[in-house]
Amino acid sequence: MARAAVSGRLTGRLRWQTATVEDVRDETGTARTLVLRAPDWRGHAAGQHVDVRLTAEDGYSTQRSYSLASAPGGDRIELTVQRIGDGEVSPYLVDVLEAGDQLELRGPVGGWFVWDPADPSPVLLMAGGSGVVPLMSMIRTRRNVGSRVLFRLLYSVRTPEERYYARELGPGGAQGGLDITHLYTRSAPEGPRRPPGRLTEDDVAAYGWPAEFAPMCFVCGPTGFVERAAEILVAQGHDPQRIRTERFGPVGG
Amino acid sequence: MAVISRGFHGRRPTEEKLPPGQYVVHDFPVLSAGPTPVVAKEDWQFTLTTVAGDTRHWSWQDLTALPAERPTVDIHCVTKWSKFRTEWEGVSLDTLLDGVDLDGDYAMVQSYGGYTTDLPLEDLLDGQAWIAYRYDHDDLPAEHGGPARLLVPHLYFWKSAKWVNGIRLMDSDEPGFWEGLGYHEYGDPWREQRYQGD
Ligand SMILES: Cc1cc2nc3c(=O)[nH]c(=O)nc-3n(C[C@H](O)[C@H](O)[C@H](O)COP(=O)(O)OP(=O)(O)OC[C@H]3O[C@@H](n4cnc5c(N)ncnc54)[C@H](O)[C@@H]3O)c2cc1C
Repeated sequence: MARAAVSGRLTGRLRWQTATVEDVRDETGTARTLVLRAPDWRGHAAGQHVDVRLTAEDGYSTQRSYSLASAPGGDRIELTVQRIGDGEVSPYLVDVLEAGDQLELRGPVGGWFVWDPADPSPVLLMAGGSGVVPLMSMIRTRRNVGSRVLFRLLYSVRTPEERYYARELGPGGAQGGLDITHLYTRSAPEGPRRPPGRLTEDDVAAYGWPAEFAPMCFVCGPTGFVERAAEILVAQGHDPQRIRTERFGPVGG
Repeated sequence: MAVISRGFHGRRPTEEKLPPGQYVVHDFPVLSAGPTPVVAKEDWQFTLTTVAGDTRHWSWQDLTALPAERPTVDIHCVTKWSKFRTEWEGVSLDTLLDGVDLDGDYAMVQSYGGYTTDLPLEDLLDGQAWIAYRYDHDDLPAEHGGPARLLVPHLYFWKSAKWVNGIRLMDSDEPGFWEGLGYHEYGDPWREQRYQGD
């Protein structure tokens, strides 16, 4: 695991800054995109995240990490948050926060789980649930910089209603050189190519890249999904050095 | 001045011993940069390299023949979760390094899969660090660093390298994997040393 020279890597001190919510957008019944204006934003690399800090009236405060969903550029950034039923922070971000509110964040953080647009290797993105967020930043970055690097996205979600960025990743949103496959774990739309179920070796073989193409693989989602996906990639001959993972949470999906 | 989040109440920690910015979990999250390396005990080897370049090796049998300790410790991950009273079994670094030439003030900890992390040698000594091979009365699972990981509970958990296979002693400090990617060189959770410059 050689330390790669990545753009957007952290240097210098990371200060807390105040961001203002400009807009909120529902992605699904349980997930919402927050559009934030962060006047001191110095840019980021696709795949990085921010630390968000919330403070209650009596001074109690807590922090969580959220991936950047937007491509770098300007002082506007987007996060997409999934509500965890008994969660401390995500229900607040999804249900309570509204345009005009402020929150504290610092970042960008993380210089490993990032896509470098200068790397010509094909890219395999594998997402489970909200794990699609940092991968969406990679897809948007690819589009913004006019990259023709070949991308494949395998996106595992429970049902069609739980797809994030449905318009951008749907049939109308196709971009040359980007293949998108949705894998449904609970219920699939009419005429499915595969019955509902969790990710299998066959899915990865059918919709991923062969190992001999030496793609960069980015795998993100709940721990169970990431463990399984990375295990399959290694078993299919992918170089572990080219498989980068980000685990969002303890719960298997 | 902190921004007060309108309508945010939060959950108060039930314990006093929570470092700033952390929250308590009851499960055991898995975090690592890539796929989980799978290392068989028979193949496991631990190598100590001194500043002079001498090496010393331990096999799985050598390691587990050494006197074991059973520390119960709190652990704190830089991604904000803390877990109280985790139970481990392993060999203290004091035992492992007994009789070794401990020249050099820094240590680079190395892992299967290529991961590295640096820390001052003194943070590995005096009952502060272990090579742990059991967790919660069971063999340490691969996703948590099995067969053996470093355990340095007083620093953020990325210092507790999973799948550990060696330590290289150094005269001067060098950044390890995450330290080179912007994380703090030392990583004291109580001083909230998460990122460079904190
Ligand atoms: C690098 C990084 C990037 C992340 N990016 C995103 C992102 O873009 N979008 C996003 O929605 N989340 C993301 N997360 C997860 C996020 O940081 C929080 O963990 C999540 O929002 C839950 O916080 P909470 O306070 O609501 O729940 P908590 O109060 O912390 O936890 C409540 C319960 O939910 C469980 N839980 C915690 N996280 C998850 C999860 N992700 N899935 C299922 N169960 C969980 C806990 O084990 C606990 O039982 C990211 C995490 C990391 C480490």
